[in-house]
Amino acid sequence: MQFDSFADFIDMGGYAFYVWLSYGVTFGCLATLITLSIRQKRKVLIEIAKKITREQRLKETRGTNRESKT
Amino acid sequence: MWKWLHSYADPERAYKLSGTLLPWFSILAILLVGTGSIWGLLFAPTDYQQGDSYRIIFIHVPAASMSMAAYMGMATASFIGLVWQIKSADWAAAAIAPIGAVITFIALLTGAAWGKPMWGTWWVWDARLTSELVLLFLYLGVISLYASFEDKVLAARAAGILAIVGVINIPIIKYSVDWWSSLHQPSTIKITEKSTMSSDMLYPLLINIVGFGMMIGAITLVRYRTEILARNGMRPWVRELATAEEAK
Repeated sequence: MQFDSFADFIDMGGYAFYVWLSYGVTFGCLATLITLSIRQKRKVLIEIAKKITREQRLKETRGTNRESKT
Repeated sequence: MWKWLHSYADPERAYKLSGTLLPWFSILAILLVGTGSIWGLLFAPTDYQQGDSYRIIFIHVPAASMSMAAYMGMATASFIGLVWQIKSADWAAAAIAPIGAVITFIALLTGAAWGKPMWGTWWVWDARLTSELVLLFLYLGVISLYASFEDKVLAARAAGILAIVGVINIPIIKYSVDWWSSLHQPSTIKITEKSTMSSDMLYPLLINIVGFGMMIGAITLVRYRTEILARNGMRPWVRELATAEEAK
């Protein structure tokens, strides 16, 4: 352990702002990227599912139209 | 061997294989980045010249070196996609681009936050910094080209050509500190000779470099799987997954 106390660790030998800015932005950016990437999968699947229901509805209405003509 | 490799170009197999690999990459990434960062922040000795500000190195160097490695990965995937018309390779390139952009941004930002206390300035227009900024723009160019075509085969071709042409920037970044005089220090890790860095600083750095690589691998797998699903919405196996997801 290089630091005597927790306050010492936070202070980073007087460079606290630069060190914690770097680490903060890095892990903040990475966390955002990871969350967005994981969520994207569900979004894509829901979109495909919506398309499927739309197609089915279209097929059904087409079927009834044909029946009414005959 | 080519036949065996080709079977992994099949979207469903690629989807399943990347699903199997994902937990391994994730666990390794968390372990390595955790170890490297805690070691670097708490246990690595204070630098005699730069004090504790040098601790930024444990994320700056991994981010910078991996931003170039990820670019090479993306360009290789694009090349395979362009030459052999393998769509799964194009999707891999599309999956890597946003990750590379974020990693490059991190490299630039941590570099600026390290430059301010050590050089007295956030930014200088010297070769190393400028070429790394160009790398960020290359990633953004690839992302926007891929996003701007409805036809993704065409989009991948356009983005792929940009990615391949942009490879010229990688040796420029790598050797900029040797070719031109720069505020940026030359590399301290050497492969062929002894590194100019004490080993209790070097080990956490190496661990974090490998850790960042694993993490980029893991995020790539996540995005790659989503990209496969998005591009194969007409296939029965994807439709099954979609209806199952909607029912949730």
